[in-house]
Amino acid sequence: MTAINKSVVKNPLSDGWSLIVKRECATCAMIVPVIARLARELPSLTVYSQDDPGFPDGVESVDDSDLAASWHADIDTVPTLIFRRDGAEVSRTAGWVRKEWRELTGIADLGAELPEFRPGCGSMSVDPDIVDKLRVRYGGETLHARRVEIAEAEDEFEAMFARGYTDGLPVVPPTPERVMRMLAGTTRDPRDIVAVAPPDLVELTIEKIAINAVMAGCLPEYFPWVVAAIEAICTDQFNMHGVLATTMPVGPVVVCNGPGTRKINMNSGVNVLGQGNRANLTIGRAVQLTIRNVGGGRPGEVDRAAHGNPGKLSFCFAEDELGSPFTSLSVARGFDPAQNTVTTFAGEGPRCVVDQLARQPEQLAQTFATCLRTVHHPKLPFAFDAMLVIGPEHARVFAEANWSRERLLTEINDRLQLPGSEIVRGAGGMAEGVQEAFKDAMLPKFRPGGLLLVHAGGSAGLFSAIIGGWASGALGSDPVTRLVAG
Amino acid sequence: MRELLARPRSIVDQTIGLLDISKARGDVFLNQLESRLVAAGAKVLRFRKPTFTKPAPVDLRHEIATKCTLVIEALAD
Repeated sequence: MTAINKSVVKNPLSDGWSLIVKRECATCAMIVPVIARLARELPSLTVYSQDDPGFPDGVESVDDSDLAASWHADIDTVPTLIFRRDGAEVSRTAGWVRKEWRELTGIADLGAELPEFRPGCGSMSVDPDIVDKLRVRYGGETLHARRVEIAEAEDEFEAMFARGYTDGLPVVPPTPERVMRMLAGTTRDPRDIVAVAPPDLVELTIEKIAINAVMAGCLPEYFPWVVAAIEAICTDQFNMHGVLATTMPVGPVVVCNGPGTRKINMNSGVNVLGQGNRANLTIGRAVQLTIRNVGGGRPGEVDRAAHGNPGKLSFCFAEDELGSPFTSLSVARGFDPAQNTVTTFAGEGPRCVVDQLARQPEQLAQTFATCLRTVHHPKLPFAFDAMLVIGPEHARVFAEANWSRERLLTEINDRLQLPGSEIVRGAGGMAEGVQEAFKDAMLPKFRPGGLLLVHAGGSAGLFSAIIGGWASGALGSDPVTRLVAG
Repeated sequence: MRELLARPRSIVDQTIGLLDISKARGDVFLNQLESRLVAAGAKVLRFRKPTFTKPAPVDLRHEIATKCTLVIEALAD
């Protein structure tokens, strides 16, 4: 987890033997006679004491109370005995395992008076209360972002509002400690450029994304998902510039797939598109904050949405894969079920589809088709994609009839071939529609692949949800799926 | 951020690029504009970007910057 810090700082331990101890550790105290013997027999031995430079009694030690040696040598347990040669570590043992200490040192009767085994204690350099400070102290030079100083009397949360860094809700102040902690969630170099962020075409580094992930409230384990989602939206296919700048009410909708969604406790069930789950909410929010704060995409400026939608604060959820009768969205898009992925979709807010009576799959497919026809306008074909989030109770109707994902999508699309006569301009008393030239044609509501299916939601309720899309394809946006690293 | 250039005093003999962003009826607006500008003594060049949802491609921006002294972009429908 701390690899990024270690790579930039030379290990301070010199060649020969090093032993890291602390007085507070009962195992360290127990092996004092062993330490004294090693000091006599191993001339190269340097003892580092974390909490008391007078420890061990009778043996000269180096004061490591700033934990520099412990941190850089990646010590997580004391005592730890290390042997280095030609600038590289050859061997180490942690805790007291008599057999190992004897083999390592070549002293056959070492510690004869001690028990065979005694576990060590936690190193002070991994103490959760101080590890963040150490990360900044010894790895802080990896941060390059401009530092913003705020006055001591200034309320830090109000300061973030005043400087325009928020989406309208409070954000977590991104202190160096918090940003370094977030960076522990990735093995990527903080200076790696992930993408060029619209609209200002700013190079987007891992560090910049980490800052916004902190502000959004993410945990470090969410960070790779945020990075993947940003990689996905900052592509020509997804076209985040247009999604941001459009007058339509869309934003990036992030659908997460794979076993990792369960490891980070994402919600794919009750209230899946609503509030209450930290991972869902903060991953989506980090994506939006990054575009706002790094890309410069702010409402009323390049963001010209006439109405927007509440999902532009955050719109991210996981697919319920384990309870689904269908192959998942990511598998349908060519990925393996064991892979973690994000699929980004330019979408508006969700609406509910109610059908509590359909027990035959054909009936429910017809309900879906009829509701999906109204996406943006019932007389506008082919222009917009849509995502159908099918609830478990609706999915069961198809499961009982052995309908696959492909069958369901085909049946819906078959019911969405729109006669030109119904959708030409003026038909049905509505000016909106297609040109007169199409009056004898049959036009599909969705382009091939333009209807996406995701299984998610609570187990009670014969409902599903529709998320309308935006201008589709090369003209506007294509859904983009990316692997989540690590 | 680069500083804006000073506004020209007159459009006579200026080369004005008209960028159609490919929104519906943008060409109708630009046709009107072109006839007015030509009548006022300007030279007009027409450009079109592939889709209104994406920024103009770099090559197109470069071409406009190279060939024109002024540019007018039809923004919306």
